[in-house]
Amino acid sequence: MFQVRIHGRGGQGVVTAAELLAVAVFDGGKHAQAFPSFGSERTGAPVVAYCRISDHEIRAREPIMEPDVLIIQDASLIKQIDVFAGLQPRGYVIINSAESAEELQLADKIKVPHSLAILPATEIALTHLGRPVPNAVLLGAFSALTGVVPLEAVASAINEKFKPKIAAGNVAAATAAYEYVMNQVATHA
Amino acid sequence: MLRQVEGSKAVADAVAACQPEVICAYPISPQTHIVEGLSQLVKDGTLPNCEFINVESEFAAMSVAIGASATGARTYTATASQGLLYMVEAVYNASGLGLPIVMTVANRAIGGPINIWNDHSDSMSQRDSGWLQLYAENNQEAVDLHIQAFRIAEEMSMPVMVCMDGFILTHAYEQVDIPTTDEVKAFLPPFVPRQHLDPAEPVSIGAMVGPESFMEVKYLAHQRMIDSAAKVQEVAKDFEAHFGRKTGGLLRSYRTDGAETIVLALGSIIGTLKDVVDELNLDGKSIGVVGLTSFRPFPYEAVAAALKGAKRVIILEKAFSTGTGGIVTQDVARAIEGMGIKDFTVIAGLGGRPITIASLRNYLTNAMAENVERLTFLDLEIDTVEVEINKERALR
Repeated sequence: MFQVRIHGRGGQGVVTAAELLAVAVFDGGKHAQAFPSFGSERTGAPVVAYCRISDHEIRAREPIMEPDVLIIQDASLIKQIDVFAGLQPRGYVIINSAESAEELQLADKIKVPHSLAILPATEIALTHLGRPVPNAVLLGAFSALTGVVPLEAVASAINEKFKPKIAAGNVAAATAAYEYVMNQVATHA
Repeated sequence: MLRQVEGSKAVADAVAACQPEVICAYPISPQTHIVEGLSQLVKDGTLPNCEFINVESEFAAMSVAIGASATGARTYTATASQGLLYMVEAVYNASGLGLPIVMTVANRAIGGPINIWNDHSDSMSQRDSGWLQLYAENNQEAVDLHIQAFRIAEEMSMPVMVCMDGFILTHAYEQVDIPTTDEVKAFLPPFVPRQHLDPAEPVSIGAMVGPESFMEVKYLAHQRMIDSAAKVQEVAKDFEAHFGRKTGGLLRSYRTDGAETIVLALGSIIGTLKDVVDELNLDGKSIGVVGLTSFRPFPYEAVAAALKGAKRVIILEKAFSTGTGGIVTQDVARAIEGMGIKDFTVIAGLGGRPITIASLRNYLTNAMAENVERLTFLDLEIDTVEVEINKERALR
C-alpha cells in the first residue's frame, strides 16, 4: 500500500488532484481509493485529500495518518498546520513554492534532504494554463519524484477529466513540472 | 464497465440504468452529487422517458414520489439527515400505501448540534417506518443494491432505502463496475403496479381506515416485512447469476468459521474491520466479521446462524438510542437469545469521527478478553465529558 496525502486550500483543486491521481493509477491497472477530508468547503480554507494505491483491493477507509507522499499545494500551510504529521521516514515531499528549502525553514520540520521536490507550480500553471491552479502540475512532479505513475497516465487522467483546451494546458504544465523535477533530481544525484 | 469514479456518480449511473420514470429530490449534503448527476442525465437526453421534478423541500420530494409511484411510474428519490427527517410524514405514507419507491440515504448525522458528517442516525430513525433498509459496504455494493432495490421494491410492493455512508462512500473515488441499461433490463423487468391511479379506471388509494381494520392493515405490513427477507435473498442470488457478484442479500460473514469473537457492523466500516480482523488473526486471535446488509427486514435466523458457535458478539453501531444504547444491538440480542453468546456494543464514528484501525484494534483486543463495558463509546474524550457531567449535576 502506497499512501498519498494532499494539503492545499479551497479553490486549488485539492480533491480533484486526488481524483486525477486515482484515475491515473486505475488506468495503469492498479487499485486506488481517493477521498477528501470533508469540512466546510470555503475558498482559501485548508483542505486535505487522500489517495491510496495498491495492487490489491483497498478496504480500509480511515484517513491517511502515515503518508508515503505529501503534496503541499500551498506552502503557507507549513507554518499554519502540521502538514508533515505522520510522514513516513523515507517518505516523499512535494511542495509548491518558489522558495528554497532553507527559505521555507524545512530543516525545522523534516530531515532535509528528504526525498524532496520544491517547484513553483503556481507559476508553471500560470505559464501553461493561464490560471493559478497547481493541482495537475504537482501530479507531474509526483510522477517524476516517485515513479509510481507514468507521466502518460497523469496526462490521460487529465484528458478524461477536463475539456480539451483546459486539459491541454494542464498536460503541458504537468509535463513542464515533470521535467523540472527530473532536472532537480539529476542535479542532486 | 469498470470505472474509477466517485460513489455518487456511480449510483447516479446505476439508478439511470434502472430507467426510472420519475425522479424527484431536493439537494442536501452529502446526497447532492447523486441527484445532480441524475438531473444532468435527464437534461442531456440519456433518460428520455424520465421526468426530473424540482421541488421546494424534502417533504414535497417524497409527496411527489408518492404521487408518481401511485400512477405506476418507477420512482426514485434521495436524501440525508435533516432532509430525511423533514420528509418523515410522507415516508410512512409511502410504505403504508405499499408504493415501491427506491430512495438513497447518504447517511449523515442529525442535529443539533448541526453536523454534516457521516453516521447512521438518520436512517436508524426510520427503523420502524415500514421501509426496507439495505446498507452498502462499498461503492460497488451501493451500485448493486440500487439495482436490486428496484426489483425487491416492485416485487414486494414495498419501498426500499439504500443506505450508503455519506462522504466516506458518496465522495470516494474507487473502481466500480456499473452495469449497462441493457444488462439491467435483463435483470429488472418493467414495473407492473398491482393497482395504479388512472383517470380512465378510477380507484382510490390511501382512503381512511378505521379502528375496525387498522390493526389488520398494520399486521399485514408486519407480515410483508418478515416475508421480504426471502425476497432480499432471492434477488441477491439472481443478481449474482446475472452479474457474477455476491452483493446484497441479508448478511455476509468473513473469517467467522470457528471464531470465538464476531464483530457485527453495517456499512462502509466493514472494510476497515476486515483489515483489522486479518491483523488480529495473524496475531493468533480468533475473530471474524459479520456485515449486515439488511437491517430491515431484520434477518433473525440468518444472524443466529452466522453467530452460532461464537462466545461473544461485538455490535459496532454508528447511531444509538439516547439513554439506552445500541439500536441494532436490541435486534441482535433477540436473535441470539438463549444461545449463550455474550453481546457487547461499541458506538463509533458519530458525526464523522474517524474510526481508525488503531482504535479498533485496541478496543477489539480488550473486548476479546471481555475487558470492556457492555456499552462503549469509541475514542470518547472521557475527561472532557466527566467535567461537564459534574458541572451539570451540580447545577441541578
